[in-house]
Amino acid sequence: MKSHIVRLAASKLLPFTLLLSAIVFYRGHNEPGGGFIGGLMAAAGFVFYALAFDTHEAEKKLRVSPLTLIIAGLSAAFISTLPALFAGNPFFTGEWVSVTLPLIGKIKAGTPLMFDLGVYFTVWGVMLTIIFNLMEE
Amino acid sequence: MQGILSYLILLLITAFLAPVIINRAGKAASWLLGSVSVAGFFYLLRFAAATARGNTLSMTLEWLPQLHLNFTLYLDGLSLFFALLVTGMGAMVLVFAGKYMQPYPQKDRFFLLILLFEFAMLALVLSGNLFTLFIFWELTSVSSFLLVGFSHEKPEARNAALQALLITVAGGLAMMAGFIMLGQIAGTLEINELLKSGELVRSHPHYSPALILILAGAFTKSAQFPFHFWLPGAMQAPSPVSAYLHSATMVKAGIYLLMRLSPVMGGTPEWKYILTITGAITMILGGYFAYSQTDFKKVLAYTTISALGILVLMLGIDTNISIKAAVIFMLVHALYKGALFMIAGLIDKSAGTRDLRKLGGLFHVMPEASVAAVISLLSMAGLPPMIGFIGKELIYEAKIGLPEIGNWLMVAGVLTNVIMVAISFALIFHLFGGKLRYAGRVPTRPAFALWIGPAILAGTSLLIGLFPSRVANLLLRPAITFIRPSIDTLSLALWHGFNEVLLMSLATIGAGITLYLLYRKVNPVLTNFNNEVITFRFANAFNRTMDLFLKLTKKKTSLIQSGYQRYYLMAIFIMTSVLAWYQIFYTWQGNGINTGPVPAIFELLIAALIVSAAVVAVAVKSRVLAILSMGAAGYGIGMLFLIYGAIDVAITMLLAETLVLVLFMVVVFHLPKFTNFSGRGSRIRDAVIAIFTGSFMTGLVLKAGQMDPAGRVSAFYTENALPLAHGKNVVNVILVDFRALDTLGEITVLVIAAIGVAALLKLKSKKGSAA
Repeated sequence: MKSHIVRLAASKLLPFTLLLSAIVFYRGHNEPGGGFIGGLMAAAGFVFYALAFDTHEAEKKLRVSPLTLIIAGLSAAFISTLPALFAGNPFFTGEWVSVTLPLIGKIKAGTPLMFDLGVYFTVWGVMLTIIFNLMEE
Repeated sequence: MQGILSYLILLLITAFLAPVIINRAGKAASWLLGSVSVAGFFYLLRFAAATARGNTLSMTLEWLPQLHLNFTLYLDGLSLFFALLVTGMGAMVLVFAGKYMQPYPQKDRFFLLILLFEFAMLALVLSGNLFTLFIFWELTSVSSFLLVGFSHEKPEARNAALQALLITVAGGLAMMAGFIMLGQIAGTLEINELLKSGELVRSHPHYSPALILILAGAFTKSAQFPFHFWLPGAMQAPSPVSAYLHSATMVKAGIYLLMRLSPVMGGTPEWKYILTITGAITMILGGYFAYSQTDFKKVLAYTTISALGILVLMLGIDTNISIKAAVIFMLVHALYKGALFMIAGLIDKSAGTRDLRKLGGLFHVMPEASVAAVISLLSMAGLPPMIGFIGKELIYEAKIGLPEIGNWLMVAGVLTNVIMVAISFALIFHLFGGKLRYAGRVPTRPAFALWIGPAILAGTSLLIGLFPSRVANLLLRPAITFIRPSIDTLSLALWHGFNEVLLMSLATIGAGITLYLLYRKVNPVLTNFNNEVITFRFANAFNRTMDLFLKLTKKKTSLIQSGYQRYYLMAIFIMTSVLAWYQIFYTWQGNGINTGPVPAIFELLIAALIVSAAVVAVAVKSRVLAILSMGAAGYGIGMLFLIYGAIDVAITMLLAETLVLVLFMVVVFHLPKFTNFSGRGSRIRDAVIAIFTGSFMTGLVLKAGQMDPAGRVSAFYTENALPLAHGKNVVNVILVDFRALDTLGEITVLVIAAIGVAALLKLKSKKGSAA
């Protein structure tokens, strides 16, 4: 699609889409959202970009290949299952710690968050792999 | 026990460091690896005093206690006996292999594998839980597979390896089923608890099937008839492997298991009949084929089969004396056979052949090795003053004390021993005695590292024969006591007095010498007879069966896997809806349909939109239009989710719908113009399937209205999401915490799908560019 308007829109919208997907991911624990939805949104941003330019441009913009996203995501999800074992709990038990950060204040971080991050990256990578491959056809 | 666990871990680490050590440390490497084994031997020996007093040690690491699955280590007299055998033989073989394997390529890998085997075998005999045992059992099969196929460039080696693996693993699977049954019967898989529940197990109706399954495992591993044929095939492995795995240790794993379980499952008529008959057939068969071979290593392989048969037979006879005989013969056989296999390798190395017809007078070249060989062969023949004599006397005594099975067993036993005597004499006089004869190159004097192992083993055979009581008290009696607690004394001596057994021994030796004198004449005749008349080969029959099986599976696969997406989809839709309809129909409650509250106008409007979009998608001629209307239907459903409060589902639906729409659009441009793919008939067929599938979804929804899904499960999630999982969004908490394992599975499936799509498309584009 060689429309300048669409191209302009795609490249300007991409950061916002990613920001939105990150917000949706983060608030997922207490409000509607989460890793799956966030991952789909992030993928949608890049798909729009790829429609406007082409898949090579989109992959360049992504900096890593979709496969790397998948690897990162699955690894994060798997690794998040392990801390429970070291804590002496059954496999996959959610482990939580409270961290006090400057400016933001006290937040809770836990393995489910990391697991959800894994889902986020996996979904993102999977969608892009499938769609980019089909678009290249 | 922690110490033993640490040693096991050390052995495992050593195994994986072995390639580095071999490549860096040069000649000292195998001595270094051997010393790890020696250290283990002496470390374990320290426990002998404790086990001789009847103490046991154990430690348990819980794994899945709900399924009786634990990682348990357990040490008693019996496991100590085997553990010492494994580490002691391991040391000899490692030193031997250091020299023997020198010219082989990839010898670093060899040491990794053989140490891995030593680890697995040691862990097997120290396992205190049947599942721990099973895991290491299979690990020994795998390492055996890799070692038999070590010279992987030779097709015979690969075939033999695969055959050995298939047979032992098939047996292993059966054994696992047997273990599960045993666990169901006794309520435990821990060996020390099983030992107490023998009564319960033997009287249970599932005893026989469990026994047969477990015996399948033990018999395949210990090369019993009719599974014996993988063992001669496995002689393709380098000699150290044959000495270690296929004579001294791994093939004894089945015997170990039988000894272990004999207090639990032994003594019944089934046990006695199956074990004595199988053992006796194996014993005779091995003896006959051993007598008619010309390859030194093959002779040893068949005598090993025969010896394994004797062991099974002894356990099957199941009297005090036969159990004693089994344990002692176990030691006897490991000592002489380990030594002889190494000597076979050494001769091969020195003379370039193992053909008995071509060699002779090797004493002149290798005096030390020859002395070791002669002592070992005398032990094999069961002559005094070797320990083999004591073993054989006990075996005779066990058979005599068994009137109910009759004389044929006695005859078979004597016959086998006659053959052993003949083979031993033939080997002693033809191979080592007389004038030096060789084929091809002149035999060279073997290196120290090659003959030291056999020499130590032969020396041990002699020493224990002369002074049996110390070993008997420290190692053998404790091992026997744990098989049969009623035996608390064991006195061994070379001289038993002038009795029936001695007479039989004398007769055996006389007959053996006669058969030896005939050896030169009879052996070629028998070899011809075996090659030409007995055309049935177990190994070939096995291979043919496997080929047939492969052909069958190919047929089956091409029948089920048509390769057409539409047929797969049809199968899925039809099966799902038929099964679901069946269930809905049979559980339908007659009290009407709960349609819920009356829908609002805009809800009805959305529903109408969905329906009309679907109708348009089917009816319209343009592909783009069809896809767009399908998208409209999807968005409509998303709206409904939103209205009913499933916000997460709605968002996911809308996003997925958008991406799928894009996907379709991308693909549509590549498709040819709309042609009429399907005829009238297939359209009707598709319509029927579609209506059937759609109506089952409707049925499912109506059925859901009859039940109370809001009960137990959702209440739990809503109440516990915040306190247990620290999240207010219940949907998300279910996904990433309560049911996270499901999610992990799902994202893995997604990844596999993505890889599949990528691979398919890449494959196609590659083909296209090539064309």
